[in-house]
Amino acid sequence: MSVLPKAQTPDVTSSALVGEELEAELRERRLGRLERILQVAVFVVIVGGWEASVRLGLADPFFFGQPWGIIQTIWRWSVRGTPQGPLWLHVAVTLEETILAFLIGVVLGVVAGFALGRNRTLAAIFGPYVRMGNAIPRVILGSIFVIWLGLGMASKVALGVTLTFFIVFFNAFQGVREVDPNLVNNARILGAGPRQLSFDVMLPSALGWITSSLHTSFGFALVGAVVGEFLGATHGLGYLVATAQGAFNANGVFAAMVILSIVALVADALVTKLETRLTPWRPAVERRGP
Amino acid sequence: MALGQDVAAKGKPSPRAWAQGEQAIELHGVTKRFRTPSRAFYTAVRDLSFTVGRGEFCCIVGPTGSGKSTTLGLISGLDAPSRGQVLVMGEPVKGVSRRAAYMFQTDAIFPWKNVLNNVATGPIYRGMPVDRARRRARDWVTRVGLAGFEDRYPSQLSGGMRKRVALAQSLINEPEILLMDEPFGALDVQTRTLMENELLDLWSQTSASVVFVTHDLEEAISLADRVLVFTTAPATVKRAYEIDLPRPRNVTEIRFDPRFTRLYEQIWDDLRSEVVAAYERSTKGPDA
Repeated sequence: MSVLPKAQTPDVTSSALVGEELEAELRERRLGRLERILQVAVFVVIVGGWEASVRLGLADPFFFGQPWGIIQTIWRWSVRGTPQGPLWLHVAVTLEETILAFLIGVVLGVVAGFALGRNRTLAAIFGPYVRMGNAIPRVILGSIFVIWLGLGMASKVALGVTLTFFIVFFNAFQGVREVDPNLVNNARILGAGPRQLSFDVMLPSALGWITSSLHTSFGFALVGAVVGEFLGATHGLGYLVATAQGAFNANGVFAAMVILSIVALVADALVTKLETRLTPWRPAVERRGP
Repeated sequence: MALGQDVAAKGKPSPRAWAQGEQAIELHGVTKRFRTPSRAFYTAVRDLSFTVGRGEFCCIVGPTGSGKSTTLGLISGLDAPSRGQVLVMGEPVKGVSRRAAYMFQTDAIFPWKNVLNNVATGPIYRGMPVDRARRRARDWVTRVGLAGFEDRYPSQLSGGMRKRVALAQSLINEPEILLMDEPFGALDVQTRTLMENELLDLWSQTSASVVFVTHDLEEAISLADRVLVFTTAPATVKRAYEIDLPRPRNVTEIRFDPRFTRLYEQIWDDLRSEVVAAYERSTKGPDA
């Protein structure tokens, strides 16, 4: 590094990178590239290995399917439609069930969790029953809902609601319970009444807990919809899986799974957007990782 | 400094109204005890009696865990005494007092509200229309030196700035009594003296009586009209000291005043034995 004249203060921010700095940055960039390559390599090895073992006769495509076959199936479904009707219709039905179950479950969960968190007596009366309800394996209820509500959308939504409700409920409940007592005291001193304490202090404070449960509960709403369709339905991705399974079409089962995971990933990104909108005051670093 | 001036200052301790004998806060034989998790009682304050005059700046010093915060809780009405009586402006405290403002030791401003809305919270809770409350809040934000930061959230502010928000949030309600629980304890020394000067400046424009809890004796002397030394828990007032240093004060410079040093030595002499007692108790455990 050259020696600078005395009067001139070195502007570190704008001067070009030198020596070790540059090297560190390059190393950082190289590492990033390597990570990216390894990431793709994992996919290539698994899917390529699968394809190769089918082609070499090591695995029976009748049981295990074949990546190329899966891609072809997805292509056929999206261009010419599935044997059970157009693909977009199935995706739309599953999404509609998921979103309905998610919304109803979240609203019920927030209301119930908030009420029980805020009111000691309610919590003492209903707390044990809620915990009991949560202990029931909900997938079993799917069969009951199909009997009660038929093969249509209602039974799937009901199953999704029973799954999402409890997650949101426990988070809302805990969120209200864990409100910083300092904030509550400060609000009381500033003149807050019980209503203002509920909606201006406790609810926003619990919102952090509630929004962080939205990812999980959306996933469960999707599980509810698909399992419900699997148990008995006339439309939806779960129904596609069930019919493909009935026809011993392994590629069809995998194709439906791939479509499902794409839908789930897109939906998860949307939920993240929603989370940011609901809690704009949280610094970005607090938000969760992968 | 001339001797005559010194005497004159002593004869007329403060030009403010509290010298006229009206009391803003009165505690009469107040005891407060809590249930510990093991179902035993813990007495935080016992037979505590003191008064704070109108417009007086009163500092409470005492060792850690000596019931200083409990005392503020009782005056604010957040807690009710187990025995005894608390009066604010001559009226017994029943529930949270509308006359009081309270600055907490830890951050208690609302993380989901921006600076402006945080400051406007009090007036809105007390029924002022939102846009009028916002206008007043804007004025207070400027007064505590945060103009231009109205839209920031607390997580985007420094510790000192958050304290300024808390100060504006408290003062906008125009409290008759201002309770402060080691409000600047978490700040670095430079920011702290700045905030102390700011507080004195803002306070001199109001007629509020202040009860300021701290464990820092220097802070207490430089701010207060009177310093109360608390004993270890269960707390009572060990002694009260009049601080006859002239106002307006500059917190940074007053520390070099010879009278400051004299007061410091006197009060520290008193405080030291309590601090030692509290320390010994904390190292020996609760049964000692």
